[in-house]
Amino acid sequence: MALVQQSSPHAHNARPTSRVMLWVILAALPGLLAQTLFFGWGNLINVVWCIALALAAEAAILKLRSKPVAFFLKDNTAAVTGLLLGLSLPQFAPWWVSGIAVITAIVVAKQLYGGLGSNPFNPAMVGYALVLISFPVAMTTNWAQAATLWGGAPGFGETLSSIFSASQTTVDGWTMATPLDEYKHKIASHTAAEVLQHPTFGEQIAAGWEWVNLAFLAGGLLLIGLRIITWHIPVAFLAGIALMSLAFGSNPDQYAPLQLHLLAGGTMLGAFFIATDPVSAATSHQGKLIYGAGIGVLIYLIRSWGNYPDAVAFSVLLMNFAVPFIDHYTPPRTYGHHKPRRGLPGRNGG
Amino acid sequence: MATKTNGEIIKDGLWHNNPALVQVLGLCPLLAVTSTVVNAIGLGIATLLVLIGSNLSVSVIRNFVSESVRLPAFVMIIASFVTCAELLMQAFTYELYEILGIFIPLIVTNCAILGRADAFASKNPPLPAILDGAMMGLGFLAVLVVLGGMRELLGQGTLFADMHLLLGPMAADWVVRPFDQYPDMLFMVLPPGAFVGLGLLIALKNGIDNYLSERRKAAEPVAATAGSKRVRVTGNIS
Repeated sequence: MALVQQSSPHAHNARPTSRVMLWVILAALPGLLAQTLFFGWGNLINVVWCIALALAAEAAILKLRSKPVAFFLKDNTAAVTGLLLGLSLPQFAPWWVSGIAVITAIVVAKQLYGGLGSNPFNPAMVGYALVLISFPVAMTTNWAQAATLWGGAPGFGETLSSIFSASQTTVDGWTMATPLDEYKHKIASHTAAEVLQHPTFGEQIAAGWEWVNLAFLAGGLLLIGLRIITWHIPVAFLAGIALMSLAFGSNPDQYAPLQLHLLAGGTMLGAFFIATDPVSAATSHQGKLIYGAGIGVLIYLIRSWGNYPDAVAFSVLLMNFAVPFIDHYTPPRTYGHHKPRRGLPGRNGG
Repeated sequence: MATKTNGEIIKDGLWHNNPALVQVLGLCPLLAVTSTVVNAIGLGIATLLVLIGSNLSVSVIRNFVSESVRLPAFVMIIASFVTCAELLMQAFTYELYEILGIFIPLIVTNCAILGRADAFASKNPPLPAILDGAMMGLGFLAVLVVLGGMRELLGQGTLFADMHLLLGPMAADWVVRPFDQYPDMLFMVLPPGAFVGLGLLIALKNGIDNYLSERRKAAEPVAATAGSKRVRVTGNIS
């Protein structure tokens, strides 16, 4: 496979940001493909619209800040922010919801803090959290049903017109509660077996969602193989969710089972593509482990005992807050010194 | 303390030393009640009246109260005026009084008021003190109204809704709805929207100040430096 040939052990050249971001975009394509196969054209339209708007917003704000526009646009980071929002927003989210999310992400969360490298928070997740808080109805009622459940899947034109039309009346027949949402709200009054009757769970774990998450897992493994991200954050992230679920959520009549936590919602997208943002994540390997585990634990806490069915955005933002603190207590060993003053000896040579 | 001219007092209160945008005082009511214009005006006017009254009283007694007990005395005066304002609002704008709730009594803790009493009124004669209180209050009111309008427009898609709570039946149909079917943007209604809005207003004010000072610099004649020589540098500065 041509992709693997230039991979890790002998590649010591510093890769430019633009190349890294291009790989991130490429690695997300399997997930996008799975989303399109199982949930229709919504995500693809959202991705194209979000990326176009992200680039436009980035160009406009760079011009306003008197920075070189073409130089910064070419680093592809704005495109990745748009891509992540397009992948994570509901399929039938109206155009203005995704638009507000993208503009907030680029203008407020990224450029007002000083641009690439200076933003303390993950820009895409700031945009996502803003629209999630602001428009709870639009953000919960616009999730597509899995295609296997559709009598007739809406075509490209129908999806496009429902996203960009002023009224939202047409989408009702194509949408359905997400598996996590359904489980969270029904389990209080039903048994697990009754809850799982709902078609949103499909035949295996969660109709469509399981394949989307597996595709993001595959893309994420590609990124680790290419050494674009390290394994620490995703592994700690998933382990955090899994350990919490094993410790507290063993009764399926009370809490969503582990496989639903791992393969429904934005878990894999969050673990491999969102939490690993090099700017807003912790720096040292030990710090990354703490950071990732914190996100995983918070996701489980909010999903199980909070008000929201999914919590990747809030958890990532909360741990972004903690990053300066984590970095302060997890300094990597400097070259020439024996071991760090704190931390695992010999394990984090930086 | 060098006495300020009336013009300086007016400019300071409204712009250069604006209690909300420059001193960043009184944030609690500023952030909590500015979800609509009518709330903002109601609280802004109450604060304005308290500020004028307390500045006047503090200025009158400034030579009779010793340094060591001045703060308790100021707080007593402010609390009395706040109680007056609260009773007046309860009498004449009862519904608004209910909406603003705890934030009317909390005017006592508005640092802007105590700040003006201590920093200005206790060192100046009554008339400048009244003017300072009025201008600071107006500056605070203006920021409240702008922020309230911004949040009301973005949050609920209306402007001047429920004005009759303050101004009586004649204002009942003042409400403006620029958009059809506006989807409420809860973020702007909730307190985080106020933080972001205030941040943007402060940025706007600083931006205007920078622009003005640069334009003033550009307008000044540069003849003084045209032919001068810098130390240890040969040649003229162009």
